[in-house]
Amino acid sequence: MSALVMNEFKVLKEKNPLFVIDAIIQRHNVDPGAAIPILQDIQNAFGYVAPEVLERVSELTGIWASELYSIVTFYSQFRMEPIGENLIQVCHGTACHLAGAEKITEALQHETGARGGGTSPDGKFTLEKVACLGCCSLAPVITVNEETFGRLTPAAVGKVIGEVRKGKSDCAHDALVCGGGCSNG
Amino acid sequence: MAEYQVKIGLASCSIAAGAAKVYDLLNEALLQKGIYLQRTGCRGLCYCEPQVEVISPEGKSYLYGNVNLANASRIVTEHIQGGVPAEDFLLQGPDKDGEAGSFLRKQQRFLLHNCGKIDPENIQSYLAAGGYSGLEKALAQTQQEVIAEIKASGLRGRGGAGFPTHLKWTFASQAKGTQKYIICNADEGDPGAFMDRSILESDPHSVLEGMLIAAYAIGANAGYIYIRAEYPLAIRRLKVAIAQAKEHYFLGHDILGVGFDFEIYIREGAGAFVCGEETALIASIEGKRGMPRFRPPFPVEAGLFGKPTSINNVETFANVPRIIALGASAYSVYGTEESKGTKVFALAGKVNRGGLIEVPMGMTIREIVFEIGGGISSGKPLKAVQTGGPSGGCIPATLEDTPVDYESLKKIGAIMGSGGLLVMDEETCMVDVAKFFLSFTREESCGKCTFCRVGTEQMLRILERITAGEGKEEDIATLQTLGEKIQAGSLCGLGQTMPNPVLTTIKYFREEYEAHVRDKVCPAKVCKALIDYEIVSEDCKGCGLCVKQCPVGAISGEKKAPHVIDAENCLRCGLCINSCKFNCIVVLSKPVTVSRQNAQGQRVGVMK
Ligand SMILES: Cc1cc2nc3c(=O)[nH]c(=O)nc-3n(C[C@H](O)[C@H](O)[C@H](O)COP(=O)(O)O)c2cc1C
Ligand code: SF4
Ligand code: SF4
Ligand code: SF4
Ligand code: FES
Ligand code: FES
Repeated sequence: MSALVMNEFKVLKEKNPLFVIDAIIQRHNVDPGAAIPILQDIQNAFGYVAPEVLERVSELTGIWASELYSIVTFYSQFRMEPIGENLIQVCHGTACHLAGAEKITEALQHETGARGGGTSPDGKFTLEKVACLGCCSLAPVITVNEETFGRLTPAAVGKVIGEVRKGKSDCAHDALVCGGGCSNG
Repeated sequence: MAEYQVKIGLASCSIAAGAAKVYDLLNEALLQKGIYLQRTGCRGLCYCEPQVEVISPEGKSYLYGNVNLANASRIVTEHIQGGVPAEDFLLQGPDKDGEAGSFLRKQQRFLLHNCGKIDPENIQSYLAAGGYSGLEKALAQTQQEVIAEIKASGLRGRGGAGFPTHLKWTFASQAKGTQKYIICNADEGDPGAFMDRSILESDPHSVLEGMLIAAYAIGANAGYIYIRAEYPLAIRRLKVAIAQAKEHYFLGHDILGVGFDFEIYIREGAGAFVCGEETALIASIEGKRGMPRFRPPFPVEAGLFGKPTSINNVETFANVPRIIALGASAYSVYGTEESKGTKVFALAGKVNRGGLIEVPMGMTIREIVFEIGGGISSGKPLKAVQTGGPSGGCIPATLEDTPVDYESLKKIGAIMGSGGLLVMDEETCMVDVAKFFLSFTREESCGKCTFCRVGTEQMLRILERITAGEGKEEDIATLQTLGEKIQAGSLCGLGQTMPNPVLTTIKYFREEYEAHVRDKVCPAKVCKALIDYEIVSEDCKGCGLCVKQCPVGAISGEKKAPHVIDAENCLRCGLCINSCKFNCIVVLSKPVTVSRQNAQGQRVGVMK
């Protein structure tokens, strides 16, 4: 979804969350098989798909709530709980596994306090395991709010998280020790 | 007067390596010189991203690698202003071939020829490189002629199974009905594979053009691209490309005035590997759970919304416009008797030059790993190469002379798969790799077939037991029987191929399984239950750096005195090992006699 659409939904969301859902459904309703894109847009707008929302979608589209529920539980992309301020995806694909993704996860859990994955107690970080981010030759790889970081080490993880905490996730690359690949050598 | 041209690669890998910031810096510096910094996709040299290409007024090309905020401006000051290329980070130039030369020399960039050269977000750039001429040529032919050309090229599906593309198109074109669909499978679920991402990010129009030609050939007027949500940049570039193609009347109504209509829609995946399987993918587009169904009927007879549907992979489509534009023989000159043409591979793992490569079919694993990839990054010997992801196999170093084509790989129990090539060295434990893949497929099994659902669980439990040092003598044989039964009793390719990583590792690395089972040793020192972290007390300076790293406080010691690791509490996470500047933390593989759960609930082995 484009940034523009997102903004439009954000404004609506502040007024009344149900408006957002209605607007999303209107956008898709004519498409055949629209259930998944509708749920994806809802997750984009709210960060997760709340069970109450499914009722509303069901009312408006005529798709059984149980069917929507079965979709949300089948696809791993959907979350039914809110996420923390920063979403960190840790790649556990083959290349990253071989390059020590587990160490990176340990380090992330250690740094963020999100023990055992999930959201940290302070609500700042949500850790999510993903299968492959498609940057395998830079393994191990993570994304922080959709920004990709490659050739990570446990030490570099500490720096990235430190920068995000300071609210500078943008320049976290500067903190990376990434074998010369990073923009700052 | 001719001018300097400057291009920067901006694909996901490049951006992860910092290319977006280099772009900002360079763009500003160049604007002052009145030079426009062109954006391109990537050339696949992931190992030395970000890259900047300078083309001199005489048309000579200079490629810079590992460009960063510190050296980027030197490209402007030294090369463009001063006229002297900055040798120290120049990868390749008229008088320099270097490592990049070795990486590229043996490649045959047939379908990647635009990647890293054109601007993926500008259709003019694609058109200037001959884009959409394949479509024009195809629309001037009959549908049968187009299919005959594809047949002559020998193109086989690149999504994994290698099904002849012309056959699929023939069936779909002969299927009854006026409404037909084309689907482009961009789900690319195999972990360790990024060919499709890179093609879509670097040359999205080639895929659209391939879909258009296919649609014309089978008589479809709507197409879907099913792309995984983990590829936001590829999705964005596809949307841009579709919009531009519409503006130029390559999509929409009465395309090129021959009365052919075609629209393309994008559907984002929602994180289910099994949706790469064609019938599951179709169910997912229809808005259902992505569960495979029994075939026949095949999608070419009854596919999306029950209509005839031809589904192909991204790379398959990207080949099509080139084959049509240049003629079938331009493609079939490459490759072997049965496997024609070139294949794109994602080379990653313990290799010096990882990246995206395109080679003629039939090149040997050794050539790929050592000549293109520059050998093993750790300096240790090659142990195995994994192809085909979770459905594939591990090829041992002893078979490094195997040609990479559909038939040869099948013969040794591996498969071509979609194109992931993972290089493994001695630090890789093959039992752990097998366990890794199985836990992946267990998560992804849709649960429809008992063998796939329960069988993966059983196999995984056995592997977990083996890696925990509790393997039983009969476990290896049980794994083999289970594997064969699952292959036979599963409905879709996921279940049918899921035992492959286990079966091939048993076949080629049986002694490693036996070491785990009989001696309770992990030779690669990977399996947590079979290793200990220890501090070599003679070397330890007592600096305490490692103590800070340990998440569970398992390291203790007086300041300036040797520290020790408490094996009982240690998670074997390995975080401490890199923190020691004196390299005094070592991993030991120890024969275990008992295994127990530690405070964190993990199984670890301890000496009696
Ligand atoms: C579990 C499973 C996952 C698959 N994943 C993909 C995939 O990610 N991309 C793909 O193109 N084909 C995938 N396939 C193969 C497709 O079912 C189908 O054969 C292919 O898209 C056909 O295109 P092709 O003839 O061009 O290869 C998968 C098959 C199975 C069984
Ligand atoms: S083999 Fe596995 S993934 Fe495929 S249909 Fe059966 S249960 Fe589902
Ligand atoms: S391996 Fe992990 S748990 Fe064990 S001592 Fe090192 S840091 Fe601590
Ligand atoms: S970091 Fe190394 S030298 Fe320092 S206390 Fe730990 S083991 Fe000893
Ligand atoms: S395996 Fe991690 S990015 Fe592909
Ligand atoms: S740089 Fe393009 S695939 Fe890695």
